[in-house]
Amino acid sequence: MNENSRLALVFHALFIVFLMAPLVVVVAVSLTAEAYLSLPTTGLSLRWFYALFENRQFVDSFLFSVTLAFGAATLALALMLPVALAISKSELSWVRALEAFFLSPLMLPAIVIGIASLRFLTAIEMTGTYTGLVLCHAVVVSPFVLRLSLAAATGLDQNFERAALSLGATKKQVFWKIVLPLVKPGLISGWILAFITSFDDVTVTIFVASPSTMTLPVRLFNRITESTDPIIASVSTMMLLLAAATMLILDRLYGIDHLFSGSAKR
Amino acid sequence: MLSPNSRAVATDAGLPRATQRNWNGARALAACSPALALYFVMFCIPLVLVFALSFRTFDVGTGQLQDGLTFARYLEVVSDPYFQEIFLRTVGISLVVAAISVALGTPEAYILNRMRAPWRSVFLLVVLGPLLVSVVVRTLGWTILIGNNGLLNQALLSLGIIEKPLTILFTNGAIVLGLVHICVPMVVVSVWTSLQKHDTATERAAISLGASPLTVFTKIVVPQIMPGILSGALVAFSIAASAFATPALLGGRAVKVVSTAVSDEFLGTLDWPLGAALAVLLLAVNMLIATLWNKAMRARFKEAFK
Repeated sequence: MNENSRLALVFHALFIVFLMAPLVVVVAVSLTAEAYLSLPTTGLSLRWFYALFENRQFVDSFLFSVTLAFGAATLALALMLPVALAISKSELSWVRALEAFFLSPLMLPAIVIGIASLRFLTAIEMTGTYTGLVLCHAVVVSPFVLRLSLAAATGLDQNFERAALSLGATKKQVFWKIVLPLVKPGLISGWILAFITSFDDVTVTIFVASPSTMTLPVRLFNRITESTDPIIASVSTMMLLLAAATMLILDRLYGIDHLFSGSAKR
Repeated sequence: MLSPNSRAVATDAGLPRATQRNWNGARALAACSPALALYFVMFCIPLVLVFALSFRTFDVGTGQLQDGLTFARYLEVVSDPYFQEIFLRTVGISLVVAAISVALGTPEAYILNRMRAPWRSVFLLVVLGPLLVSVVVRTLGWTILIGNNGLLNQALLSLGIIEKPLTILFTNGAIVLGLVHICVPMVVVSVWTSLQKHDTATERAAISLGASPLTVFTKIVVPQIMPGILSGALVAFSIAASAFATPALLGGRAVKVVSTAVSDEFLGTLDWPLGAALAVLLLAVNMLIATLWNKAMRARFKEAFK
């Protein structure tokens, strides 16, 4: 294939600058020595990272977000793996139609899920509880887990299972020793994608969180609307680092283009 | 943040279903029942409740819901110029965001696809990586850049290009800027997926017949990847029309879109029925546009969906 032209490379460079500019700026500002949002022109300083680690509210929110994302991703995986297997192993049209149903939270504006969850959790008096938030996030992240486990399950070569059965393996052994290891990269990737999606969510969570169950992005969002101290930049930088680490893991495990287009790993 | 439309991409990019299909209905139902229970309780019931809520009235004095069902909240939204403006702004911003995202994302996907190792995978990570970063963080970057005392204004002032700071933050333009940043990687994904199935022989043929690179791109490549471009446009539109955090932070208190108006009703004035009616209308607009768009696409590109 021939080379990109010079014009194309200029376009590409500008495109990358546009995508990276706000992220680079956030990291740069987090290293400022001043007491306001500014570039670190007078010298680099980690004072806003120290301020962050000493800020009980942000530390608590971070820990809560991690627990919440862990619970939601794990629940979603536990519920969606059997669904993925059923869809990939059944001929029945109503089972196949379940795929669209289970993916449908993706099609709705997140704010609709947010207010619906608020309405429902208020009615059963569970707003702001850990259980309420985990259940609500599990619905939000389930489509991601389902897509990746479905891609893994449908890409499964039936011959491995047949071979194991013909060699005398029990059905249980086939599942644990053959099926599970083969779909594992898809499942782990689905779990990680679900984790980061839950961890990053603002639009649903802002409606159902209480002051004691406020997630990190929601606390950050509220802080940005009321003040401009550089701690918002250091929190953001930490979240960027987490996203970057997640991205590298997912790329190694699954391939980032397949991850977002929902196709199977090759 | 994945697309409402990526399912279409998923089914045609997925591997052939080679699995033996031997599960009966009872077994499939048993496997799906825990998930169905979760969705029924946490998804179906809440949606029905919100839909019902939009037909109720709310007493400002007591803060209580009143008995009886009414269309009044919908009439209120449809007839009030304040809400009309908000809906028009939301649709307008989303159309502009979709157009710009396609105009930037399509050539970028093509350029990425033509890159050599290792640049191809490095830049693919750089372009798609931001999808894993919280929208709050991405939007904060823009508020720092385009604020009245922001870096852009400081730079332009010190270079003497402008005499007083430009007002960019808290305008429609700021919301468009922030949303393009969020939507454009999704367009790249969609076009990229199309490009993987695209046959480069036609490109080589065009070049050997003397076509310029630009002609090859516009006349040969773009028509072949049109389904990817159009589904990318729909994804960008849907994300933009439903976005909350970005318009909230970049539009401020003055420039409202539908989702920020919904949150005002639910978290501010506490008129939940009005907020529910706004949300139901937002959902309806989204679904209407997605259905019409998909229908038009399927009619135009029958082969691509087989």
